[in-house]
Amino acid sequence: MTAAPFITTSSSTGRKRPSFRWRVVDIVVASVIGVASGLVFVAWNIAHEPLSNLVAFLPGLSALFGGGWLFAGVLTALVVRKPGAAIYGEFLAATVSALVGNQWGALTLVSGLVQGLGAELVFAAFLYTNWRLSGTVLAGMGAGLAMAITDLTLWYPGAGILFITVYSISAIVSGAVIAGLLSWLAMRGLARTGALSRFAAGRDVAAPR
Amino acid sequence: MSVTLERRTSAISGVNPVAKLATALLVAGVLVLSIDWVSATVALGLELVLFAFAGISARTFWLRTLPVWVMAPLAGVTIALYGEASGRTHLEWLFVHVTDGSLTLAIATVLRILAIGLPAVVLFITIDPTDLADGLAQVAKLPSRFVLGGLAGLRLVGLLIEDWRSIELARRARGVADRGRLRRLPGQAFALLVIAIRRGSKLATAMEARGFGGDTERSWARESHFGGRDVALILVGAGIAAAAVTVAVATGDWNVIWARS
Amino acid sequence: MTDAAATGARVSARGWGWRHAGRPDWAVRDLDLLIEPGERVLLLGASGSGKSTLMHGLAGVLGGEEEGEASGELEIDGSAPANQRGTAGLVLQDPDSQVILARVGDDIAFGCENLGVPREETWRRVGEALETVGLDLALEHPTSALSGGQKQRLALAGVLAMQPRLLLLDEPTANLDPEGVREVVEATRRVLDRTGATLLVVEHRVAVWRGLVDRVVVLGAEGGVLADGSPEQVLTGEGEALAASGIWVPAHPPRRPQRRNIEAGPPLLSTEALAVARTRGDAVQSGVELFVAAGQALVLTGPNGVGKSTVALTLAGLLPPAEGTVHAHRTLAGRAGAHPIRWRSRELLTRIGTVFQDPEHQLLTGRVREELAVGLRALKLGASEIEERVDELLARLRLAHLADANPFTLSGGEKRRLSVATMLATRPPLLVLDEPTFGQDSRTWEELVAMFAGLLDDGSAIVMATHDEELIEALATRTHALTPQREAVLS
Repeated sequence: MTAAPFITTSSSTGRKRPSFRWRVVDIVVASVIGVASGLVFVAWNIAHEPLSNLVAFLPGLSALFGGGWLFAGVLTALVVRKPGAAIYGEFLAATVSALVGNQWGALTLVSGLVQGLGAELVFAAFLYTNWRLSGTVLAGMGAGLAMAITDLTLWYPGAGILFITVYSISAIVSGAVIAGLLSWLAMRGLARTGALSRFAAGRDVAAPR
Repeated sequence: MSVTLERRTSAISGVNPVAKLATALLVAGVLVLSIDWVSATVALGLELVLFAFAGISARTFWLRTLPVWVMAPLAGVTIALYGEASGRTHLEWLFVHVTDGSLTLAIATVLRILAIGLPAVVLFITIDPTDLADGLAQVAKLPSRFVLGGLAGLRLVGLLIEDWRSIELARRARGVADRGRLRRLPGQAFALLVIAIRRGSKLATAMEARGFGGDTERSWARESHFGGRDVALILVGAGIAAAAVTVAVATGDWNVIWARS
Repeated sequence: MTDAAATGARVSARGWGWRHAGRPDWAVRDLDLLIEPGERVLLLGASGSGKSTLMHGLAGVLGGEEEGEASGELEIDGSAPANQRGTAGLVLQDPDSQVILARVGDDIAFGCENLGVPREETWRRVGEALETVGLDLALEHPTSALSGGQKQRLALAGVLAMQPRLLLLDEPTANLDPEGVREVVEATRRVLDRTGATLLVVEHRVAVWRGLVDRVVVLGAEGGVLADGSPEQVLTGEGEALAASGIWVPAHPPRRPQRRNIEAGPPLLSTEALAVARTRGDAVQSGVELFVAAGQALVLTGPNGVGKSTVALTLAGLLPPAEGTVHAHRTLAGRAGAHPIRWRSRELLTRIGTVFQDPEHQLLTGRVREELAVGLRALKLGASEIEERVDELLARLRLAHLADANPFTLSGGEKRRLSVATMLATRPPLLVLDEPTFGQDSRTWEELVAMFAGLLDDGSAIVMATHDEELIEALATRTHALTPQREAVLS
């Protein structure tokens, strides 16, 4: 075998076209984010009941807290920036939630898949180039809309029109704020800690040092 | 928690996890099509009989299925209050509108959630993540890089829980733990995420150093078997679903969700 | 092919360098190095000299263009490392982060599977590897129940099963207790004797590998090789310079502080029939009788997993006693009552400071300066006093140049100094330290020990859980050896 020569290109600091192929570190870190998010889901499964009772006076407003289950896909995509990351992260988190055991059973997996897809489609619509706040919030809204669709189909098929409307709008708002804005802030914070040094996301937010 | 990787022995623990997953999804996928109390009751009744043969202790059963028992009535109340109105009105106040129709839907909702949720929990109790990954990659033929990456991530759960405990103790030592727990939660979750990603990056290096993610076709040191027992479980699931649909259609209660209103 | 498998690989670097993407400086540059098959090389160098980068490069895990740029050539047996997976086997520092799968057998088989080794051959190699590293465990044994030393030997076995001809060990014993260190070194010796593989090991503590290596290479902080030769040659010639850069060289140990004042002050804390548990109902130690007095250092010793940290955290008022009591005397408690666990979080600040084993667990903010002010703010001190104390600490712990850096981005030694400083800020008379010198270089060690000695001289008390012999010799007033009290979970 001939030695693969490495060529020094010292001035190539310009933006390289990002590769869509998943590296091992992309897969593993996406997995870790998915799993850690799944643990947050488990906590949220329990915590959201009393919270949603607070707003039980208006039908469907409980979906405002649904964003607690939507951030996994958005955050994973923001960190690794690969096609499918939103679906993978959200699905894995849902799997952890289901394996630990929750009230929604096997359909947690379906919800995870569809909600991940909701965010994924938005990122894909921007051809995986918009990782700014705007794209992130839209992706969060996509996940929120997906949640409204799955929940209303799977769990509240008997609901009236008022409930459906309020629930959908609440879900989208929740997705925008919790899954969108919060994920974006979390990603910026993570980048500043240097934990994302192997990712383009981490290099874009230069650590102040 | 099954994620703590304990090996258990029970009637269904030896069944391929892919079969359990398929069964749970099959039952759920059919029951979800209709909102009526008949199909849900038939399925639930058959399931409860079968749980007795699953070889799971009563204590484990109640402990693990508790969330389902709590969630189902709550969802039922929501539908009773805000569900589609029809028939006699019992209560009307602001947006609340309790009617014969909403009450019927509420009962159906409760039964339906139980019938979908319980079998999934029971089937998942005995799933070992390693076996699940073997099955998903070898039987279901999902991409092995992602399945194994996910499995390796799952193994970090135990470590992350320990990290979480240390983070909590450290907040007390730093003098900031007098504030409410809920208000500290985001900060602690962030710290956990940083530590998790650090661990993940190191784990990725370790995995890559062992040849993971290369172009060589992977071999499997352990074969994931998919045999008669696995097919039998899926058939049992299909049987439950078929019985539920048949009885509901026969009684005229089958009520497909998209055909409503 | 049996011949090739039985001999080591040849490593060559010609003007090799690597710069991580997004960084202005090269991690390694202008490296020229030739290692012959079967050589056993200890790689030294100050932190930042790129030792780990070289190891990652040889293991082929630096990543592609996306992650950085290379210059020159780096080859194993005349070809790029990334083209020959399995030739080099890498073992890393952190035992927890390199266990890949949940069962011992699966974990060792993982590498073979990735290389496409047939099933029967894989399991044969797994058995052989287990035996070589001296792990007498069932294939189904859960990897989460292993000690640090066992986990490192497991990683070694996983690498060994791939039949590598180059063994790369990147500080494999830095996080282990003395027993674990011995196990790993012995296992490595057996692996090398059986396989004839070439060895390249990075380690801060020279004494650990001294008996195993036949060559020492020192990398320079500015790139290139500083020294290269037999251990005697290099350690005699460069020993002092190496020690100054933080490497533990046996002939040049770090200075130990002179204690000015070893008089015991009033009692601060004592325990009665204390039992401790990390999780409720799972006591690891019971019947613990201890007392702590001002100006004294009480050291908790004992093997891994014996409950040293748990005892320390219970004394610190962070974990509730499972049984018995932790009694705080009036001198320490003031008006807060006799039971530290019932104190408010804020009351702990001026009474007991705790430094955790992993500094990252106790970081709270995005800037070093903020981090030091957290406790002072909780005490509601005035802005000028806070600034004064923070500036003083920054200077005292050589952190001033990092005042605006994100704490998570600091090096291991810097993080450790920061975590100690955050606790000193509120001036508690009792400090509880959990493995304060773990994995530290000799320079940080010297600084920490000097500071602890100063605190003791000034009348503070210290409780520490450690198995650092040098630390114990330098500071301990008394040691309390803990022994395992329940069936070891490990075997």
